[in-house]
Amino acid sequence: MKFGIVVFPGTWSEKDTFHALSPVLGQDAEYVWHGETELSGFDAIVLPGGFSYGDYLRSGAIARFSPVMDAVKIYADAGGPVIGICNGFQVLCESGLLPGVLMRNDHLEFRCIWTDLRVENDSTNFTSRANVGDTLHIPMSHGEGNYQADAATIERLEGNGQVVFRYADASGNVTDEINPNGSINNIAGIINERGNVLGMMPHPEKACEVLIGGDDGNVIFSSMIDSLATATA
Amino acid sequence: MPVTQETLDEIALSRSEYEAIVDRLGRDPEPLELGLFGALWSEHCGYKHTKALLRTLPSASDRLLVAPGAENAGVIDLGDGLAVAMKIESHNHPSAVEPFEGAATGVGGIIRDIFAMGARPIALLNSLRFGQPQDARTRYLINGVIGGISSYGNCIGIPDVGGEIFFSDSYKGNPLVNAMCVGLIEDGKMASASAKEHGDLLMLVGADTGRDGIHGASGLASRTFEEQAEMRSAVQVGNPFLEKVLIEACIEALDIPGVVGLQDCGAAGITSAAIEMAERSGMGLKIDIDAVPRREEGMTPYEVMLSESQERMLLAVTPGHEDKVFELFDRWDLDASVIGTFEFGENVRIFHEGSEVSSTPVVTLTDAPEYTFSAPKPDWLAALQDKDLSEVPLPSESAGEVLLQLLSAPNIASRFPIYRQYDYHVQINTVVEPGGDAAVLRLKGSKRGIAVSTDCNGRICYLDPRVGTIIAVAEACRNIAVTGAEPVALTDGLNFGNPETPDVQFQLNESIAGMREAADAFGIPIVSGNASLYNESAGTAIFPTPIIGSLGILEDVEKHSTVGFKNEGDVVVLLGADDWDSVEGLAGSEYLDFKHDTIAGQPTIDINLELNVQSVCRDAISSELLSSAHDVSDGGLAIAIAESAIIGGKGASTSLDVEGRWDAALFGESQSRIVVSLPEANLNELRQMTESKNVPMTTLGTVGGDDLNINGVVQLPLTEIDDAWKNGFTRAVSD
Repeated sequence: MKFGIVVFPGTWSEKDTFHALSPVLGQDAEYVWHGETELSGFDAIVLPGGFSYGDYLRSGAIARFSPVMDAVKIYADAGGPVIGICNGFQVLCESGLLPGVLMRNDHLEFRCIWTDLRVENDSTNFTSRANVGDTLHIPMSHGEGNYQADAATIERLEGNGQVVFRYADASGNVTDEINPNGSINNIAGIINERGNVLGMMPHPEKACEVLIGGDDGNVIFSSMIDSLATATA
Repeated sequence: MPVTQETLDEIALSRSEYEAIVDRLGRDPEPLELGLFGALWSEHCGYKHTKALLRTLPSASDRLLVAPGAENAGVIDLGDGLAVAMKIESHNHPSAVEPFEGAATGVGGIIRDIFAMGARPIALLNSLRFGQPQDARTRYLINGVIGGISSYGNCIGIPDVGGEIFFSDSYKGNPLVNAMCVGLIEDGKMASASAKEHGDLLMLVGADTGRDGIHGASGLASRTFEEQAEMRSAVQVGNPFLEKVLIEACIEALDIPGVVGLQDCGAAGITSAAIEMAERSGMGLKIDIDAVPRREEGMTPYEVMLSESQERMLLAVTPGHEDKVFELFDRWDLDASVIGTFEFGENVRIFHEGSEVSSTPVVTLTDAPEYTFSAPKPDWLAALQDKDLSEVPLPSESAGEVLLQLLSAPNIASRFPIYRQYDYHVQINTVVEPGGDAAVLRLKGSKRGIAVSTDCNGRICYLDPRVGTIIAVAEACRNIAVTGAEPVALTDGLNFGNPETPDVQFQLNESIAGMREAADAFGIPIVSGNASLYNESAGTAIFPTPIIGSLGILEDVEKHSTVGFKNEGDVVVLLGADDWDSVEGLAGSEYLDFKHDTIAGQPTIDINLELNVQSVCRDAISSELLSSAHDVSDGGLAIAIAESAIIGGKGASTSLDVEGRWDAALFGESQSRIVVSLPEANLNELRQMTESKNVPMTTLGTVGGDDLNINGVVQLPLTEIDDAWKNGFTRAVSD
């Protein structure tokens, strides 16, 4: 499968994402410069983490005006799979491809810690290799990961099964105490209604090898690869 | 024309230095030239009080690719086409004035030094010192510094994997912020900071130039200061996003055949960067002020030359190739301008509005005066060293109560609340995260890894600058050894008081002598370094604090060790001693200071024993005998055992009777000791290793249960010591 990894000025997780997809999972991956206006030939698009444009104004606020985001919108509208990680998630929300907003962590600090994500929906193309209730051990590192949306939106997301991951403890208990940034309902990752665009704050590419702390992140990428293989079969 | 004292004070040059300038030029310097001398002959750029001493440090090594001081950072060959650039640098005075930007730009500066070598930065460490954290201004400084390091390092995508933070009244008026960076150079693509041919162009890339940071090197870093607020404009302001983009562009630029040299603009801006490039190239230099892109109007040549605006780099480019450079930087949305030419001749000639406004010999500018000195050991120090520690009374509390107090002391408690504000995962190389003795990073595409650490106990250096510095080197290497790695390179960040006073002169001489002795004994080169002097307020100098940054190699990164106990039933063993510590071991200890408000005693170290202990530990790890290994340092043996229990989540009980004073036994900080745990089945093999190297070894007890039990003296539940250690720091800075 050919993954396109979008690079904005200030993105830095593109290399980590490339490593997880290419050497580790054996996929084809290419960087897509933010100035590009076409995304043909890619089976999936990744918006990786980092500080695009230095997080000026708001995280992702400027990146979403990049030429490439028009192409990403067209790609997503046509059903193409898109995953936004951390800053990528922020960019997706700023461009309206996902609802809600990522605000400053409630304790106001940048926080880098391992989290356990409870899988809430195992029928998505990003979680087909997991089961509801599984926990994925994946690190987060962000200052603005506090997912917020108005009550109607939250109700809709929860009702439609669009909440894919929640922050939990190692046993899968979703509690206030374990919530690392104040996100409503411990929401760590969501998908759009159609199910082809996922945004998540923790970094699956940072959990791609046991040597660096764990490889639970590969569950997400491998699920994507499976669904793409089925689609082209 | 006579120069006023006020002028001399502004640029921090002495009258005799001024006279030396007049003498060497054969005339009075122009005001612009005086500014250049002020910058290049500052303590920070000119190393006047340390040059002679630093020259005595050993740097020879088969692995050394770049001699210290020759380029922006030291470079060590790791073999297999890989080399590592590393350096530690201070940003103390700016951080005392404006802690957020001071720390942020300190990080920015050291990163630039590394990628100026063509190295891709892969790790940051920071070594910090502050006054006691209960003080309001100190809390302001702590928050600012951590915030600055966090915001800059995180934004730029380099993991911050280690460091230290230490609190003492000694640093109250003079916090220390020393930032270390490590970078990888692949396939011999090392950059040099010089031109190749006469006629090569000097290009400035990155941010435009403003009035920030003028006199940062001379005014701020080269003298003691009491009126901090006035110097605010001399603190630089950082833009990590711009630097991130700059790194990418510069590393790409090194692939352009016409780009022959790369140099970062740090202290004293274009002045030091360009003129040092000229000196290294053995050429003259013409600089056109008007070609420098400026962000403010009406800047004088003086201001342009001395500005310390951040995120700027200089390139030396073969004429005819500048178009490729313009095209590359344009693609990254960065400024690039040709601002000068390397030429025949010996002078740096500065042009403004078409006319030459100054012409000064390069070598006169870069050859700052050297000062040597000798000073006797102060009487007050002899008295402190001779103090009879057996006169210190035993505490009235129980050993368990004192252990809990120490575990939550600001100098011992877990630093997690700090380092979780830094991204330590980015670049996905982190095998051992911060929180242990050293971080371990894997090298992608190879089985190998590196371990990195910083160390210095200023209190112990205060009690004996020579022995204390030997101990700093030993501990920096020991922290590497307990991960299983072999130390191969050191960098040193000297932080001392006013070098014009005899006490500090004594400390400088002794400390460097100790560093030399230790580096020779360990056979490890000191590849780079930095000196920050004049760290004192109200006539009181900080503890002499020579911070050692260390780097080690693991041939198989999978075979590494960590701090926490792992398995119930494992045996807990002490390497390096066959008994509990004695009262002399309390010299300079955290316990003595924290509980008894006393800093006294004579620190000691047996270098041969240290070398053997580290060697045994490394061999035991590579033979996969050990479950855990932890260096004994701040707080002594009881703290080391407690930390291994807390981090491993497993209790332990020791069955070796405590004899003599229990406080010395538990909290003495004698050197060369490592606490390890291992399956009982491996004990014999470990014993053979220790016997073959004359390393004393003691079986202390076993891992297991939910308590920490130090036979007959301490009995505490794991939950209680866990809480004390994990929350100690947060309580110290907020209660």
